[in-house]
Amino acid sequence: MVWPFVDQMNPSGDTLALASTEVDLSQIPEGAQIKVMWRGRPMFVRHRTKAEIEEAQSVSLSQLKDPQTDEDRATAADGTYRPEWLVMSANCTHLGCVPLGDGAGEYNGWFCPCHGSHYDSSGRIRKGPAPTNLPVPEYVFLSDTKIKIG
Amino acid sequence: MSGPSTYKPKPGFETWLDQRLPLIRFANDTMIDFPTPKNLNYWWTFGGILAVCLVLQIITGIVLAMNYVAHTDLAFQSVERIMRDVNFGWLLRYMHSNGASMFFLAVYLHMARGLYYGSYKAPREILWILGVIIFLLMMATAFMGYVLPWGQMSYWGAMVITNLFSSFDQLIPGLGTSITTWLWGGFSVDNPTLNRFFSLHYLLPFVIFAVVALHVWALHVPGNNNPTGIEVKSKSETVPFHPYYTVKDGFAIVIFLMLFAAFVFFNPNALGHADNYIPADPLVTPAHIVPEWYFLPFYAMLRAVPDKLGGVLVMFGSIGLLFILPWLDRAKTKSMRYRPIAKQFWFLFIIAFLVLGYCGSQPADGPIVLVAQIATGYYFAYFLIILPLLAKLETPKGVPTSISAAVLSSDKKGQ
Ligand code: HEM
Ligand code: FES
Repeated sequence: MVWPFVDQMNPSGDTLALASTEVDLSQIPEGAQIKVMWRGRPMFVRHRTKAEIEEAQSVSLSQLKDPQTDEDRATAADGTYRPEWLVMSANCTHLGCVPLGDGAGEYNGWFCPCHGSHYDSSGRIRKGPAPTNLPVPEYVFLSDTKIKIG
Repeated sequence: MSGPSTYKPKPGFETWLDQRLPLIRFANDTMIDFPTPKNLNYWWTFGGILAVCLVLQIITGIVLAMNYVAHTDLAFQSVERIMRDVNFGWLLRYMHSNGASMFFLAVYLHMARGLYYGSYKAPREILWILGVIIFLLMMATAFMGYVLPWGQMSYWGAMVITNLFSSFDQLIPGLGTSITTWLWGGFSVDNPTLNRFFSLHYLLPFVIFAVVALHVWALHVPGNNNPTGIEVKSKSETVPFHPYYTVKDGFAIVIFLMLFAAFVFFNPNALGHADNYIPADPLVTPAHIVPEWYFLPFYAMLRAVPDKLGGVLVMFGSIGLLFILPWLDRAKTKSMRYRPIAKQFWFLFIIAFLVLGYCGSQPADGPIVLVAQIATGYYFAYFLIILPLLAKLETPKGVPTSISAAVLSSDKKGQ
């Protein structure tokens, strides 16, 4: 009896239907990032530099609060691994602010000014109150220069 | 002090009504003949002030709602339209937004009064707990109200506060996310969120109104506490509420409304944040997000703890403690007037709370975090260690035998 009154607050059919977003990668030069909206949330799509990739790959898992390899994070749902492309949520896993990018923070990745969370160039949490890495959504490569999130 | 009613209906309509629905008797017994301790000071006027605040918020709110549109595409513009085009819209909105601030100012002073004079102790525990419930409802209402204009601070405030619940993912994976998805009605703060917040923002003040009625009912059973903390012993220690306290409260309300008017007419945005005049943008968080001033002490506690779930628990715990305060402080002497040691810790508590407020307004780095941690520690220690210990250790000083004795002795000293 109570459930309909509770469940009406969950995402409705039309909200769930807004499922995917396509991103044209050719517009993003190396060392730059864009933010796109997917299901009402911002996503970072970053074209990483060689240095960023190397830095992200050289970190050992024991240094991480939420251990994940860079390869795991930069691999698309279809298994394509192109480390120059990092696609992930742009809401800080602490309380949801959008962190500053382009090498910000003590780990040359992202820095969330709201309560001081530092993410590395792989978007992994390194310091501050955020509990987990910036989550990577499901996405696939449609072509060399196009991805589809969701 | 409620007793047998002293109301004598006049013959005719009053008697007829009294035998059917004793409305006039009720009004008489609660607001006119109600026996009130004769020694209440101005700290006791905030109850009346709070009632005025609630009524003002409801009236201004209802007319704002006639012009407001709860949709992410239109909300910001509809508020700007209220400000520029709706007749007297600017006045109504400034009354409503500054009214919320005044409401909190009054409630904080009202609560500090209760802490100082031991008004939470037997036989007023339920009265106190109802007060804490009102405070929580006020916080929920004000938070959701602040989201409605859909400016940058609205949006990011909603984001941060609703995300507090995502910390439950640390307890059971997935629990927090299901709660936030349910609260949002989507995958982020968005139109469904704004809609339900408007619905609840309209509803909660009326719930507050109902709890206030219970609060006043619970007040009228044991009667008012008073600055001595000694219960009324005889009718001679009381005066009828009207005219003695209607006039005193009325005077305080006028002074309070002057302060309110000073904000509304001379500095209506002093208590707000400029970023809320920028429309909400889910892609960019303002560099320094802060809640409204009245949430700052609790925001500082949230940030003082480096762990996400820990911070959330400390913040909610700080209010949770108030619920059990009557059983933490078991000292027989109510009023801090006669508790020389507890009194000093009380002042320190007020300072710690203000310091927390300051810390909450500053970016959280370096020394600010440390200061906030110390003040948070003191806040909890005051309730969990200091008051329980003092109840056992402290010797009260100069407790008078009755309200009358206290009033007479202070007369002698020429106070
Ligand atoms: C406990 C009482 C209340 C409190 C503390 C409160 C608080 C607030 C606050 C802080 C805002 C944001 C003001 C701003 O910055 O623009 C607001 C907005 C609003 N409130 Fe309330 N409110 C209360 C009662 C009500 C009631 C009863 C209604 C409707 C019947 C209402 C309707 C509105 C509307 C339509 C807005 C959006 C317009 C605006 O932003 O000015 N409020 N409220
Ligand atoms: S939201 Fe990013 S640190 Fe709190």
